[in-house]
Amino acid sequence: MLRSRRGILAATAAAMLFAVTACGDDGADSGSGQSGDKEVEVFSWWSGPGEAEGLAALISEFEKQNSGVKFVNAAVAGGSGTQARQVLTTRLAGGQPPDSYQLHAGQEAASDIKDGRLEDITALYDKNGWRDKFPKGLIDAITVDGKLYTVPVNIHRSNLLWYSPNKLKEWGIAAPPKTWAEFLTQAETLKGKGVKPLSVGTTWTQMHLMENVLLGELGASKYTGLWNGSTDWAGADVVAALGTFTKVMAVAEATTADWQPEAKKVLDGTVAYNVMGDWYDAYAGRDQKKVYGIDYAAAPTPGSDGIYNFLSDSFTLPKGAPHRTAAEKWLELCGSVQGQDLFNPQKGSIPARTDADKTKYTGYLASALGDWQNSSTTIVGSLVHGVVANNAWKSEMEKAYGVFAQDKDAAKFAGAVKSAYNSVGK
Amino acid sequence: VTEQVVEAGRREERRPVPPRPSRRRRRWLRRLRSWGPGLLLVAPSLVALGIFVYGFAGWNLKISLSSSRNLLLRNDFVGAVNYRQLLSDETFRNDVRNLLVFTVVFIGGSLIIGFLLALLLDKGARGESVFRSVYLLPMAISFIATGIIWRWLLDSSTGESTAGINKLFAYLGLESIRSDWHKTPNMWAIAFIAIPAGWALSGYVMALFLAGLRGIPEELREAARVDGANEPRVYWHVVRPLLVPVLMSAVVILTHISLKTFDLLYAIAPLDARTETPALYMWYTTFRGGFVARGAAIATMLFVVVALVIVPYIWYSIRSERRR
Repeated sequence: MLRSRRGILAATAAAMLFAVTACGDDGADSGSGQSGDKEVEVFSWWSGPGEAEGLAALISEFEKQNSGVKFVNAAVAGGSGTQARQVLTTRLAGGQPPDSYQLHAGQEAASDIKDGRLEDITALYDKNGWRDKFPKGLIDAITVDGKLYTVPVNIHRSNLLWYSPNKLKEWGIAAPPKTWAEFLTQAETLKGKGVKPLSVGTTWTQMHLMENVLLGELGASKYTGLWNGSTDWAGADVVAALGTFTKVMAVAEATTADWQPEAKKVLDGTVAYNVMGDWYDAYAGRDQKKVYGIDYAAAPTPGSDGIYNFLSDSFTLPKGAPHRTAAEKWLELCGSVQGQDLFNPQKGSIPARTDADKTKYTGYLASALGDWQNSSTTIVGSLVHGVVANNAWKSEMEKAYGVFAQDKDAAKFAGAVKSAYNSVGK
Repeated sequence: VTEQVVEAGRREERRPVPPRPSRRRRRWLRRLRSWGPGLLLVAPSLVALGIFVYGFAGWNLKISLSSSRNLLLRNDFVGAVNYRQLLSDETFRNDVRNLLVFTVVFIGGSLIIGFLLALLLDKGARGESVFRSVYLLPMAISFIATGIIWRWLLDSSTGESTAGINKLFAYLGLESIRSDWHKTPNMWAIAFIAIPAGWALSGYVMALFLAGLRGIPEELREAARVDGANEPRVYWHVVRPLLVPVLMSAVVILTHISLKTFDLLYAIAPLDARTETPALYMWYTTFRGGFVARGAAIATMLFVVVALVIVPYIWYSIRSERRR
């Protein structure tokens, strides 16, 4: 017994030593900031249908423009970047940043900026004249202390209710609901016909639903106030809106799946509605080969007509990026009209730039681009997708949501979110 | 080995003045020759263990007593604030309760199923080796893969989107016993995760018990039978006492697996409070929220609890090995 244990220990030690030496090897070719970089490593969570094709289009354009630079695609799968973030944190903490990494524009970048992990790329904006090319509202949302750290590639909309027009008619429902109260009435009708009114999946999709119920019930200005302290979380109106959310959840079919299987239930006609961002369009149209307007369609979530709950994917330049020149080339491509028009039609999002080629966007995207550029549209930011709350506050909210999902105590949840805001959200 | 070294050293110290230096050196050399190669062989692993296990466990403890957040580790000392906050944290208390439920159901289920399988195979089933491999095979699958398969098997969708085991029930006309599994809206939700965990490990428990049963000399049973004991009495009075050490190993191994289970739970139901345990909370709060010190505090508590289970067992087995 003892003898074999010794053998195992020795073998383990040998394996460990090997692993340590193997780790020491990489990074040998890093020409820190020198021109003539041989590669560029870009970290993202774009691996699903639509987004992977969009990234591939960008990669092939990048390699055409920068011959001799190898593009290393470090994509980590998982919706909304839930898995990627953990891998990235480990790499940043270990002092081995990629050359550029994906972030949601807005508060998600706040802790990385505060910790000094990101380079100020204001100069890159000035050099390329980007300040006038992005909408002012967006530039304001991503400016931190007068400096810019991220290049937004696209714009997504969070507050959409997806449904199947044909099925809806079949079930005797004239139009998607305009308010959450109307939704609950329709839910009764649907249940009478043996149809589940709404599908929702893993926790982030539930919180995605929650933010849009809050938006619909509170309206744009109170919703925005939730994130900057001007709306009291513990106020009666917020608690009532959360109460509506629990009623919505009570009629929903909730699983732990990622968003795609839940989205598919609407296309299959087993569920009436699904609240999801507009990446749904690329999934339904491209992956599931359905036609927008016939097999599926989108309406603003109840109570959010004329409001654009936005989120934006963006790329950064980490401090200590091993191939800085190539990384800047990558960021310039991401911020260019050409890059955005290559990526967005594939991904199913609209370009962040206002001077992009409108003819490239058809079906759902054409209407989204119209809404985004319409001056009467009110723009608010998404919670789940990193625009309005920093990571610490967001994770405390996720934690509180876990308790809320079990005990359905809206007032207690509101109180927990409020105290988390006071300690880490500001 | 270290203990031997220390003991040898102590004996050396206790010795009064040595008679002659040369003789002392020769004695020392002889000792070195006997344990030197062994020490040399394990030295790399001792160093690696010292740094990568005990060094990092200590580092983790230090972080848990600081106010570190995000990627910047702070070198300050705030006392047990993080521990106190955790003890009054409702999420953490729920997680501990979940872990207790999971551990009890998982260990109980695996032991009972594993023991029954071992008994049946011990009775001399036809094609025993085939069955042995079949039952043991799930353990060869990683918990992540097991989790992904069972996430589908334990799907709780209803109506046309019914899937997994519920679909099997429906097919057999047993719709009445369909279950929401780990989506059940009460504290027993996590007990259902013990099904895949037990599926993966009861074969291992079976192997342990089977080895234990085979290790009992047939003469002992025969002697009991000659003395007029019937089969249940043979099992109760002869087999049962001899299986206690096996049972202890099985319980200790399963307990520490249960306390540390992360991948299975994460694969089946990520970010779901009903099936969250301290190990998952540690991961979420550290990597999603940047609450590094709080995560370190949870890790330290898990470490202590696992040590409370393992250390007495190791101590016990080392002692009984020495006695032999």
